[in-house]
Amino acid sequence: MSGFFKSSIGRKVAMALSAFFLMIFLLQHFIINSLSVCSPDSFNEVSHFMGTNWLIQYLLQPVLIFGVVFHFVMGFVLELKNKGARDVKYVQNKGAANSSWMSRNMIWSGLAILAFIVLHFIDFWFPEINTKYIVGDTSGLLHNGEGFRYYEELHHKFESPLRVGAYVLAFVFLALHLMHGFTSAFQSIGATVGRKKIMKKLGMAYSVLIPLGFIIIALYHHFNH
Amino acid sequence: MKLTLKIWRQKDAGTKGKMVDYQVKDISEHMSFLEMMDVLNEQLVGKGEDPVAFDHDCREGICGMCSMYINGEAHGPDRGITTCQLHMRMFNDGDTITIEPFRAKAFPVIKDLVVDRTAFDRIQQAGAFISVNTSGNTQDANAIPISKHAADEAMDAATCIGCGACVASCKNSSAMLFVGAKVSQYALLPQGQVEAADRVRNMVAQMDLEGFGNCTNTGACEVECPKGISLENIARMNRELMKAAVNN
Repeated sequence: MSGFFKSSIGRKVAMALSAFFLMIFLLQHFIINSLSVCSPDSFNEVSHFMGTNWLIQYLLQPVLIFGVVFHFVMGFVLELKNKGARDVKYVQNKGAANSSWMSRNMIWSGLAILAFIVLHFIDFWFPEINTKYIVGDTSGLLHNGEGFRYYEELHHKFESPLRVGAYVLAFVFLALHLMHGFTSAFQSIGATVGRKKIMKKLGMAYSVLIPLGFIIIALYHHFNH
Repeated sequence: MKLTLKIWRQKDAGTKGKMVDYQVKDISEHMSFLEMMDVLNEQLVGKGEDPVAFDHDCREGICGMCSMYINGEAHGPDRGITTCQLHMRMFNDGDTITIEPFRAKAFPVIKDLVVDRTAFDRIQQAGAFISVNTSGNTQDANAIPISKHAADEAMDAATCIGCGACVASCKNSSAMLFVGAKVSQYALLPQGQVEAADRVRNMVAQMDLEGFGNCTNTGACEVECPKGISLENIARMNRELMKAAVNN
């Protein structure tokens, strides 16, 4: 099996498996965030559970961080290796004649998402880690002790139009990345044999609806101040 | 038609190449692209210059020899054809046409537009066959029932002529459409299934050894393939290798 993951196809499969994990994470993140629009109380409850459950914090969170790092590092390694497979470039090359912009620029949309993750960590993850594990406050309550802090923190973050703009732009890049990435991951594990059309439709639905949903949530909080 | 040709000229594998401009006139729109190249070469020979070296053989779209990257696309701007089937009616009088060899580290230039595609031969030798006893007691292939669907899919995969347009068009110089087609044509048939695991393992290992890039599923190969080989063959190859790894 170790030999398999050293082969070109094995590396593709590893990329696809990390992509599946990240797409499942993205879906659950979206479902929880959408609660902030429909039911702030439920959003607070679920956020507190996610932030204090030991299985999620000490097992799934490190696995998620590993998944993100692996996906990016492997993406860069493969990009560099692939660039090396053509030592003399074409004088004229019409890439747009036979493939989509998204498929040819996964590294650039990926880099835009990486930049967003850094911003997102500064906005939410680092303060959360600081509060819980450095300050030692795992109560999840507001300073005045009147209810949970999660909804208030999220709502407050989207007050800034600059931050909302950056988030919207990042979600556009996420959509572009997913438009190719979703079906590509299924193709890599051989699941598209005989299901090419339906996989493309599913991929388009996922890659448009999820980022669009995140954009709507950000705009909702921005315009409800 | 009067045309300006920008052609990659390279004396041999060890010499640095460059693009050289040529003018050709009296080109008929009914000529094939290779016939236009013949006109150019007659002109060059007449002037005592070295003719442009390019691969060609059957000139009817079957052998896969004619390569050439024309105006930024493998086999030129038309679809489902090799260069010998590309007609000059696809161009206009006064056009400038850029002609380059197929580019990939695994396809080194031999001379001008001729590249070494023996990497494909070595991949085929690694497993694109079935081991049969040819002592005279070979079973009649028609004695084994095969579904119409499987037979059609195997036949579609088998139409790959190994021209290398997939590698040339892929931004990663990946050979997975070619290898996927060869793996599929056997994996779909009962005669090929006996050695399926060894075949896919050996062919993929040889493909990696030759220095081709990794497939990122852009689909450029499928679009530029003169025989319309489907991307599903790559998915099937991936599945076959996963199956071989699990069952090992």
